[in-house]
Amino acid sequence: MSNRLSLGQAFIFLLRRDMLLALRNRAEYAMPLLFFVLVITMFPLALGAQPELLARIAPGIIWVAALLAAMLSLDSIFRSDFDDGSLEQILLSAHPVAILVLAKVCAHWLVTGLPLLIVAPLLAEMLGMSTAAQPTLLLTILIGTPILSLIGAIGVALTVGLRKGGIILSLLVLPLYVPVLIFAASAIDNAAMGFEVSAQIYMLLAFLLLSVSLSPWATAAALRMSAS
Amino acid sequence: MSTSTLLETRDLGCIRNDRQLFEHLEFALEAGEMLVVEGPNGCGKTSLLRILTGLRLADKGDILWRGEPIDRLAGDYYEQVNYVGHHDGIKHELSCLENLRLARAMGVPSQRDLDDVLEQVNLYAYGESVVGSLSAGQKRRLALARLLATDSLLWILDEPFTSLDKASMEMFAALFEQHLQREGVIVVTSHHDISLPTLAIQRLNLGQPA
Amino acid sequence: MFLWFHKLGSPPHFYRIAGKWIPWLSWIFLALLLAGLYGGLILAPPDYQQGESYRIIFVHVPAAWMSLFVYVVMAFCGIVIIVWRMKLAEVVLISSAPIGASFTFLALVTGSLWGKPMWGTYWVWDARLTSELILLFLYLGVIGLHNAIEDKRIAARAVAILALVGVVNIPIIHYSVEWWHSLHQGASLSKFDKPSMPPSMYVPILIMALAFQFYYALALFHKCRAELLQRERNSKWVEEL
Repeated sequence: MSNRLSLGQAFIFLLRRDMLLALRNRAEYAMPLLFFVLVITMFPLALGAQPELLARIAPGIIWVAALLAAMLSLDSIFRSDFDDGSLEQILLSAHPVAILVLAKVCAHWLVTGLPLLIVAPLLAEMLGMSTAAQPTLLLTILIGTPILSLIGAIGVALTVGLRKGGIILSLLVLPLYVPVLIFAASAIDNAAMGFEVSAQIYMLLAFLLLSVSLSPWATAAALRMSAS
Repeated sequence: MSTSTLLETRDLGCIRNDRQLFEHLEFALEAGEMLVVEGPNGCGKTSLLRILTGLRLADKGDILWRGEPIDRLAGDYYEQVNYVGHHDGIKHELSCLENLRLARAMGVPSQRDLDDVLEQVNLYAYGESVVGSLSAGQKRRLALARLLATDSLLWILDEPFTSLDKASMEMFAALFEQHLQREGVIVVTSHHDISLPTLAIQRLNLGQPA
Repeated sequence: MFLWFHKLGSPPHFYRIAGKWIPWLSWIFLALLLAGLYGGLILAPPDYQQGESYRIIFVHVPAAWMSLFVYVVMAFCGIVIIVWRMKLAEVVLISSAPIGASFTFLALVTGSLWGKPMWGTYWVWDARLTSELILLFLYLGVIGLHNAIEDKRIAARAVAILALVGVVNIPIIHYSVEWWHSLHQGASLSKFDKPSMPPSMYVPILIMALAFQFYYALALFHKCRAELLQRERNSKWVEEL
């Protein structure tokens, strides 16, 4: 009887709306990317410009910086929607909230995770990472950053109603990032030494599948909690 | 329970921060009826409205929509509900039309043309303007325009007339009247007196804050 | 069964029952603790490699077990909270978090004390120690989130979701860390994977583990009673006390 949109259409609509919002707030959304570059720049300054050392720790540096940049950007997934009441409207939508949440997380990743893919090779080059490792670096970022957005969304959903949510957010989310960090950095390490990396990549893919299927539900439940 | 009863509560209770806001709350609304929730600040009006939308869980009791508990209906209930709360729920970076399109995507679009909707709330000239540039009253009108852009039987409105001028208030009062005539239901809190010609108004006083 | 469950779930009933059990639990805990310590510190022979310093495992291992066990209890409470919205589960979850964090902390401290004679340093990035450290962060997250939310019923729901997310992740984190450790250190000597531990060693460990279980129950009951009084301070049954 109703002529409401199909779930797929609603998904696309919300995704496009968030992308449009990001486009109109370009400056705000560019910050995490800039932060990512800045953090990585600090390392050679702190450790000294020794090419072997930097090349050795480059995978770790890049991934820790990616984690921190993700932390910085996470709040924007739900913050403005919470503040202006749009979140209530999303929760009261006739569509399953978990799917709408997934749309928002996708948009967040497209805006904050995907750009890392573009600057990471540049930074890897600056740190002297071997060219053999760079395809693996891109692959881990491609698979790993969506996991960061998905898991992070749970944390944001839990803390979005709090005045000082930002501080506690890192405590909630960073420990959950540990597996991604371990496997991603190790994959790049292995690639740099010319070893097989498929095990790590498959593990990351498994994490991605797990978080895609579970995290939206947890996030939706957490948002309902935060909204009440 | 009569067959046309749409919204009904049974023994509803709400506790916030260890304080009992209300308990044993019961009412039933038939198609075409409006419930005005009254009471001083902090007596739980907003909490009651949010419980009725399902945003907040009741600490006790049930809410029935056509005789079925709303938590079991989930999406089928939300499709019938239109909520305008304290916050307008509109994005300042988007234009009026974009905001209404989003509202339609989330709910059930009505047959009305969006331009007509904007016309009706006197925002036609602002269709493509970014909401951030509008005044508080205009934003409120846009939030209320969601009621027309989507099709739903139950309107839940928390202080809908905040920052509206007299003319706009009368205009929306007339829209409420129309909605009731089309067998809709409205639950509303308001510090402004809502004067509708209709007789089908129930009043609920939540009493004194503890 | 369900009736019993339901009755236990009512705060005043639980308050009374817990009050009756506390002395019993205290005595059992004390007896088990003394037996475990006697078995571990006096009866058990010194280790042929590590000498006397290994004896800290009689505290370390049970504490590490408990740190996981308490988290699982919390996750179970999380399910009960989300599905049935039972008040008692909220209280148990919240009261468990600091106890679990203490066990985790104890496991970390004893682990690093043990590390000093073994590795010559208080901290190595051993797989188990690292996992425990991350577990401690997870506990602190639960406590921090609960403290940050004012409305305690809403806070309990938030923490329930977090505990469930955590319990899904703990095995993943644990095995990731283990894998990471094996990768970077090669097969290092792992503390407690002795091929065969004589009964004179593992029996005291088991007794100590049991003692810790009773300690947990005891501490939990105390904390739950306090928390219940705090939460229900406006209700009739508290006034009657």
